[in-house]
Amino acid sequence: MMVMVACAVLLPFLGAVGGLLGPRAVRFAARRAAWRAVRFAAWFAVVPTAVAAILAGVAAVRVLRGGTGGTAVAGTLTVVETGSLPVAVGLEVTRLSALTGVLVTVVALAVQVYSVGYMRDDRRYPSYSAFISLFTSAMLLVVYAADLIVLYVGWEIMGLCSYLLIGHWWEDRANSRAAVKAFLVTRLGDVGFLFGIFVLAVGAGSFRIDDVVTKYPAMSTTVLTVGTLLLLVGVAGKSAQAPLHTWLPDAMAGPTPISALIHAATMVAAGIFIVARLFPLFLAAPTTLAVLAIMAALGMLGAALAALAQDDLKRVLAYSTISQLAFMAGALAARDDDAAIFHLFTHGAFKALLFLCAGLIIHRAATNLMSGMGGLRRAMPITFATTTIGFAALMGLPPASGFFSKDAALAAMGAAPGAAPGTAPGAVPSAVPSAVPGAVGWILYGTALATVAVTGAYATRAWLRTFFGEPRAQTGDHAREGPASMLWPVILLAVPALLLGFAVPAAPHWGTAALSVALALLGAGAVYATWRGAPDADPARLLGPLRRACEQAFYVDTAYNALFVRPVRWLAHAVVRADDTVVDGAVRGSGRTARGLSGVLRLAQNGNAQIYVSGLVAGLLIIVVGAVVLG
Amino acid sequence: MTPVPALAVPVLIVSVLIVPALGAALLLGLRLQVRALKMYGLAVSGLTLVPVVAMAVTFDYRRAAQIQHEVDLPWIPGLDLRFHLGVDGISLPLVALTALLTFLCFVYLSGDRRTERLRAMMSALLLLEVGMLGTFLALDLLLFFVFFEVVLIPMYFVIAIWGGPGRRAAALKFILYTLLGSVVLLLGLLLIWSQTGTLDIVALAHSQGAALPRAVQIVAFVTIGLGLAVKTPMWPLHTWLPDAHTEAPTVGSVLLAGVLLKMGTYGFARIAIPVLPDGAHAVAPWLGAFAVVGIVYGALACLAQRDLKRMIAYSSVGHMGFVLLGFATLTPVGVNAALFGNIAHGLITGLLFFLAGAVKDRYGTADMAELGGGMLGRLPYLGSLLTFACIASLGLPGLAGFWGEMLALFGAFEPAEGLSRPLFLVFMAVGGLGTVLTAAYFLVMLSRVTHGPPGPLTPSAVGDVRTFELSAWVPLVLLILVFGLWPKALLAITDPAVQTFLEAR
Repeated sequence: MMVMVACAVLLPFLGAVGGLLGPRAVRFAARRAAWRAVRFAAWFAVVPTAVAAILAGVAAVRVLRGGTGGTAVAGTLTVVETGSLPVAVGLEVTRLSALTGVLVTVVALAVQVYSVGYMRDDRRYPSYSAFISLFTSAMLLVVYAADLIVLYVGWEIMGLCSYLLIGHWWEDRANSRAAVKAFLVTRLGDVGFLFGIFVLAVGAGSFRIDDVVTKYPAMSTTVLTVGTLLLLVGVAGKSAQAPLHTWLPDAMAGPTPISALIHAATMVAAGIFIVARLFPLFLAAPTTLAVLAIMAALGMLGAALAALAQDDLKRVLAYSTISQLAFMAGALAARDDDAAIFHLFTHGAFKALLFLCAGLIIHRAATNLMSGMGGLRRAMPITFATTTIGFAALMGLPPASGFFSKDAALAAMGAAPGAAPGTAPGAVPSAVPSAVPGAVGWILYGTALATVAVTGAYATRAWLRTFFGEPRAQTGDHAREGPASMLWPVILLAVPALLLGFAVPAAPHWGTAALSVALALLGAGAVYATWRGAPDADPARLLGPLRRACEQAFYVDTAYNALFVRPVRWLAHAVVRADDTVVDGAVRGSGRTARGLSGVLRLAQNGNAQIYVSGLVAGLLIIVVGAVVLG
Repeated sequence: MTPVPALAVPVLIVSVLIVPALGAALLLGLRLQVRALKMYGLAVSGLTLVPVVAMAVTFDYRRAAQIQHEVDLPWIPGLDLRFHLGVDGISLPLVALTALLTFLCFVYLSGDRRTERLRAMMSALLLLEVGMLGTFLALDLLLFFVFFEVVLIPMYFVIAIWGGPGRRAAALKFILYTLLGSVVLLLGLLLIWSQTGTLDIVALAHSQGAALPRAVQIVAFVTIGLGLAVKTPMWPLHTWLPDAHTEAPTVGSVLLAGVLLKMGTYGFARIAIPVLPDGAHAVAPWLGAFAVVGIVYGALACLAQRDLKRMIAYSSVGHMGFVLLGFATLTPVGVNAALFGNIAHGLITGLLFFLAGAVKDRYGTADMAELGGGMLGRLPYLGSLLTFACIASLGLPGLAGFWGEMLALFGAFEPAEGLSRPLFLVFMAVGGLGTVLTAAYFLVMLSRVTHGPPGPLTPSAVGDVRTFELSAWVPLVLLILVFGLWPKALLAITDPAVQTFLEAR
């Protein structure tokens, strides 16, 4: 079992190494050499991922069937002594990680296959697919890690792959900037995450996740709260939650399959995953949950409103991702990790589907902007059908998967305000007055309901603007379906996006379900009514005076630029100036002083007899006067 | 492990010093053509690597805390000066790093086009190697100091012979500044000698400063620390470094950053902290403060640099800040971090300077604004290697740079008993901020130089990476990966030694 999981982690890594070095090591026949190299690299990309997916699937089946005695399976390769707490290089398969492993490998496989078609004309396909493989390996390491430091290793390597892939088309300065921004913002979060690991590991006396999760009752509330809050900083970075969400919309500069893989289904899910993995700790820290609830409330509604005003189809989906991740965070804050993970899965399926569909559309329409699309329904019937499934799931319409998971999350958030904090089993008594989480809970629930309505609105708007109305100029008549290697992954992903909801046997909460569908339809109806009035105009005008602010995502980027980026630049220049004039100036000054002093000393031996005699006389005078005075 | 025959051991450790010394001496008498000269240098440095590897192979890793391959002969009895050499878990990795980097420098030189004054260059490099290796092998305070000083002269010539246009001023600044530091260092060493009557580092470390009153320890630690801090370099004693690096030839920069800076930090691990524990305790908060200021200051300075080599030089200030922060925590994990960071920085910054040299070689400048962008398009292999080295340097997990930084921060989270925890928590937070800034300047640099449309300058006809360059760089790339993925390889050697000298207290 452990060997299997270890292979699942290592295979994509080896695939990455092979994909990077292989095509360069082999000499291809001159005829169509580039094409052969791509084909060669594609094998390295697809096969290891496929095997890893099978291994992850088998591991999941065995864990879920209880073939392992119902408990997690762990294995340690070696223990690294650091001089303090040792780092245990090991893996562990829990129910959560087994399931998440399947999600990661399946989405990664779909993306790898899809990319063979999407990127076939790209000279740099070998490095591109190798980075996806490396990313898959890193994400699996996060999922299966048994030790927080090992987890952190995978966590940061994911960030690197994200950087490399966003910047894949580095010829364009904008892509390069987006890549740097993504890495730096997530790294800022990661520093907090690392410190959180320190706090919790020292509290538990071990880096092992098992030890940390079992020994938390022995930790003080302060340690728990500080530790989990610091972890939350990293979660906000990776899962693009307010206030560290700004990198995600820009990250859409990368190739569309990357947006599907990293920025929709997997990497951004890592933050939610880690909270669920360490959930007992978070349950015992009510303050952290309250903070998480506020973050979630801000993120879900703000991002949904921003999505409503974007013209770029991928940016709509990006803001939608932030909003939906905040939805999961909200469910976590409402103490229901099952609902959050359920939504994580359905979201992984339907958002990956939506991004891949967007890729098909963009591939054909040759633009990201919805103002350049429209009327694609007839030209691309399969894409139209799959996108419709994706949007239905996003809006939470039955019977699509999103309906069930969104309902579970909403029900959890609806129940939270009533529940007193600290009632979770094993939780330490809260030091926070119960009224505050109660109020926070109501805010969270209210925003969640509002978000459902706005989600209905932006999904409908995107759906109408791309597939309905008159075909706009650029799309022309050559718009048709994409190649089979791109269509098949989309069709395959549409199945879980539609049906995954039935995998969980729990019945929907009919009250919240009816409310949420009604709200979603309300939002959709408002947009539809506006659109009907003038099909060529953007229904975003519904937002009225808010539209400009939403389009700019409430000027957060501008504010950060003024608050952080420019001061740091200024400081950097100040340091360089100070280094030259003050620090090195002192050094040069001491050199000059030494030379000056030597000039004074040189007077005694410059060969000028007059000075010698003057010195002699002066010295004699001083001695005589001294002898008289003192004597 | 089977015990090595008694005679074989001193032969190994002595030949580590004799081979390059003889090689340098013979070079003065030989008149060789350029090609033969290059082969000669390659052979001598390769031959030096052999006993080092043999020493590493026969090293008993289960007793990594003990001095092995020891040789202890009287040298100048009147001064009680002994020729006392040996390796343990602290010095062995650095000895190996030195021999390897020097060899790789000769590999690089073997393909270099510059041939003027090659003989002088080669003998200077070999002498430099003697000094560097001797510093890490010496177990006698005065012997340590002698080797510490031996390094300065050949380094001066390396900068002055093959340096850039401002080489004279840079070389002068380098030698005056570091000599001044050495004088202070010597005063500190003599203070220890006058108080304890011995120069034997092993005995001094064993007694844990028992014979030294606290006040003396503090004075000795400050003076020795100042001397070492110049070499390290610690902020604000760093300004000789950027000039020296910018003007030095590629191999000079590589050895300067890769090995010479480590001599300063090694001194802390070998002498200052074990011999003067009370002094270390008193001064540690200051050391930590200067270290974290150096981290942030270095990073900010990098952010505004125009010259690639100058930027890498300032990045060394930041990275050495992490090493010093590790020492300042006085915990086993912190000192392990520092020793790990030493090796990692030697490998990564060595590689970075090789690459910067290659860039300068091809474009004729290392000015980022002049270079423009698009290196990944024009020189894809060089651009990719540069990306790799930068990512390693910014401390990405899975590559060597991570472990030193992470463990140093972890050490600061729980400093040794008696040190102010809140203060060190602040250090940790500032250091963490420094890692973000470090990532920022490297990524901004990569973005400017490797991304974007091609700049106005076209690289010379040399083309992309050549074979001799690749053979000098690939070992570094592999080691960065090995230590990053398998940190145990290094921690298992250093940890026992560190535990011994910190826990005996």
